[in-house]
Amino acid sequence: MSKIHVTTTINGDEVEFLCDPRETMLDVLRDRLGLTGAKEGCGTGDCGACSVTVDDRLVCSCLMLGAEAEGKEIATVEGIATEEKLHPLQKRFIEYAALQCGVCTPGILVAAKNLLERNPDPTETEVRYWLAGNLCRCTGYDKIIRAVMDTAAEMREAS
Amino acid sequence: MALDSQKTDGFKQVGTRPDRPDGVDKVTGRARFGADMTAPGMLWGAIVRSPHAHARIVKIDTSKAEAMDGVKAVVTRADFSTSVAPARGMRGEMWNTLENVMAGETALYDGHAVAAVAATSALAARDAMKAIEVEYEVLPHVTDVDKAMAEDAPVIRADTAEASVPEGMHPNVVRYHESGHGDLGAGFAEADLVVEEHFVTEATHQGYIEPHACLATLGGDGKGELWCCTQGHWNVQKVCAALLDLETSQLRVTASEIGGGFGGKTTVFIEPVALALSRKANKPVKVVMTRSEVFRASGPTASTSMDIRIGMKKDGTITAASGVFRCQGGAFPGAPMEFTAMCAFAPYNLKNVSQIGYDVMTNRPKQAAYRAPGSPMAAFAVESVIDELCNKLDLDTIDTRLKNASKEGTQASFGPKWDRIGLVETLEAAKAHPHYSEPLKPGQGRGISCGFWFNHGGETAVSLALSEDGTAQLAVGTPDIGGSRASMAMMAAEELGIPYENVRCTVVDTASLGYNEISHGSRVTYASGLATIKAARDAVKKLCARAAAKWGIPEDAVKWEDGCAVPSGPNAGEHDPMPLAKITAKMGATGGPIVGHFEATPEGAGVSFATHIVDAEVDQETGKTSVSRYTVVQDAGKAIHPTYVEGQFQGGAAQGIGWALNEEYVYGDDGRLQNATFLDYRIPVASDLPMIDTVIVEVPNPGHPYGVRGVGETSICPPLAAIANAVSNAAGVRLTQLPMSPPRILRALGTHD
Ligand code: FES
Ligand code: FES
Repeated sequence: MSKIHVTTTINGDEVEFLCDPRETMLDVLRDRLGLTGAKEGCGTGDCGACSVTVDDRLVCSCLMLGAEAEGKEIATVEGIATEEKLHPLQKRFIEYAALQCGVCTPGILVAAKNLLERNPDPTETEVRYWLAGNLCRCTGYDKIIRAVMDTAAEMREAS
Repeated sequence: MALDSQKTDGFKQVGTRPDRPDGVDKVTGRARFGADMTAPGMLWGAIVRSPHAHARIVKIDTSKAEAMDGVKAVVTRADFSTSVAPARGMRGEMWNTLENVMAGETALYDGHAVAAVAATSALAARDAMKAIEVEYEVLPHVTDVDKAMAEDAPVIRADTAEASVPEGMHPNVVRYHESGHGDLGAGFAEADLVVEEHFVTEATHQGYIEPHACLATLGGDGKGELWCCTQGHWNVQKVCAALLDLETSQLRVTASEIGGGFGGKTTVFIEPVALALSRKANKPVKVVMTRSEVFRASGPTASTSMDIRIGMKKDGTITAASGVFRCQGGAFPGAPMEFTAMCAFAPYNLKNVSQIGYDVMTNRPKQAAYRAPGSPMAAFAVESVIDELCNKLDLDTIDTRLKNASKEGTQASFGPKWDRIGLVETLEAAKAHPHYSEPLKPGQGRGISCGFWFNHGGETAVSLALSEDGTAQLAVGTPDIGGSRASMAMMAAEELGIPYENVRCTVVDTASLGYNEISHGSRVTYASGLATIKAARDAVKKLCARAAAKWGIPEDAVKWEDGCAVPSGPNAGEHDPMPLAKITAKMGATGGPIVGHFEATPEGAGVSFATHIVDAEVDQETGKTSVSRYTVVQDAGKAIHPTYVEGQFQGGAAQGIGWALNEEYVYGDDGRLQNATFLDYRIPVASDLPMIDTVIVEVPNPGHPYGVRGVGETSICPPLAAIANAVSNAAGVRLTQLPMSPPRILRALGTHD
């Protein structure tokens, strides 16, 4: 079957790949580009473990075709930390134990970062609804919500 | 029995909250989970599954699939062991597992594996899977526990019942449990009020976010490598070897990072299939379940039908209690009915008590453990009846529980006398908590429940190797399912007297340690923790010996203090403390590598109790329940890393909320699972839940050097009942069936007045 040639930007780097028309963006990231940070929890858009941003919009990469990445700017969990420095959200997630198994964490970090870029001062309810598309089975969300709220406060103070 | 060397205070590391060692990997996407591994030349596997609840497999035609481009291997049951044999009850568990992994003559449930294929890409494998033609002869099926016990129910597998099952029961009833003591008749006669009620709970799934995944390599020479997400890789090694007629030691299994398990990853599903495909194709094969496969074919918990009867005096004294617990665990023996029965009345000191359990087979997937298997359902039934009695007799729910509470020396409902336990302490802490005295708003109800879990020890091996620079490498064999590497490193650092950061804890493969039982039974911090402490003490003994040799004094004249060997006793003489790093720097020349070990089966896992308080509101128009406040009080024995203990409390409560309010396996009349997606099987999302408050009670477990009790499972025991009590009190009508989804609540409200 003939493959599609795609040129896109991922975490700031230009990337080219060939993909089957049926392959999702998540398949491409994980199986063609070696970016296994995004996880497949469901493949049906229900768990958020595969969250990435496409031109700053939060999407489930399992619901997007690889071919649709042409000309887009894609950001994944691998791009959140800059060189040696963790993003304040990443630091706070470790400090607060906002992860137990950590399989939901990449998606939740991508989603939370996207929220704070839009709304630096969210209420608890806003955080809970923004993250309602990201399932976590381990934590009961308590420590995740606290980590996001406190990071937001810290980032507001720092700016 | 208390360990003579139990340490309960003066800790430097234990009780602090350091960052976990795998934290950076997990927040940067670097951590490698089951599906994140690849191998050169790797193929992808896909599994063909039965669309029928019960069907004879007439014929499997693989020729079309085999002829497709990129297809390298197809396997069916013929490619697995022929020496594993069926047997009655749990004695046939190896055969049951084989039968579940790949169907033999009959597909026993919707989703049962019947064949598998490996091809050069995931898409090619999926296409080939669809080209495998299976001819079925559909058979009558049954998915409900009560119907499966009825006379006219189709027989799932004849001659499976154990001899203990009472004469005359349907062949689907395969195991039986009976325990208790006293004289029920006399006990009920003494009661001022007897409440009797029937309860039903639906099957729920553990709902880990990471689907089962593995990468297998197996050659014709019988040597293999397996990478998989599992709670116990030694068990995977043992079972896969048996199912494929391999020598156990020739298969090396490495546990990946694990994206949740909660009991559901304590067995094998796809691993033997991937190995069989690899052996046939002579290439590495990766198999990853889809979410719908996870729901249809990996183990949910048992569903239940239960009858509870409890008698109480006006002053709150329970005079007698009895329960009948029917659990279906799918098309195989193994529903945790004995745990259900034994946990049911465990919190109470009862003179007269009886519990009976039935293990029933149906055409559903083989159940797997789910966090304190069986206990949450039992607590739901029993604690609901206690709440009802308290309401009717106008008694305080915590005082009543305190009045009847099990304590050290009282006889457990299932037989033994309790050692030191912390139920009373959790009840007292709950009573003192501001949540318990906060006035309820109109429309709200409050619910209380206790919960109990045994906890477990199990085979454990740990080794701790010191490096020349004075740091330590700790090798454990229990997959880290919730931050346990941090706790292990803390305990090692505590004993060695070195900084936490100087200990690197790794979960090693099956070639690197002796057998380690699965990370289950809340055993990890208890058993691997105990093993870590003992291994560190073994290393310390060797360190002291090196110092003694250097000083020319007897070994027993040296003790370990703050990370240094120091002379001790009248004849030791004067020597400066010798720090660990100074000893290890010279160890090559003073006797060689210093390694501490522990290999044993610790037996002192202390049981654990919890008390939960819940406030809930019921929307009378829509039937929707909101949980407005939640407090978990639980005995941890000793919290090594309190943040992760809180996390276990909160996670168990959240799963319990899902089980109580939403989650259920829904089967159609055709016996097919109707809701095999996260959209339709709805686990709690962030906007469904409140913050979950926690209180850590510490009543030291006499069986652990620091007093640790397992904490992972007990946290899911009280929520079903606590929420049911809150909802019943808010709605003014007793809810006796889970989940308390809006339609069920509306139905219950409709029958009220
Ligand atoms: S994998 Fe994309 S939403 Fe679950
Ligand atoms: S930490 Fe395990 S799913 Fe969120």
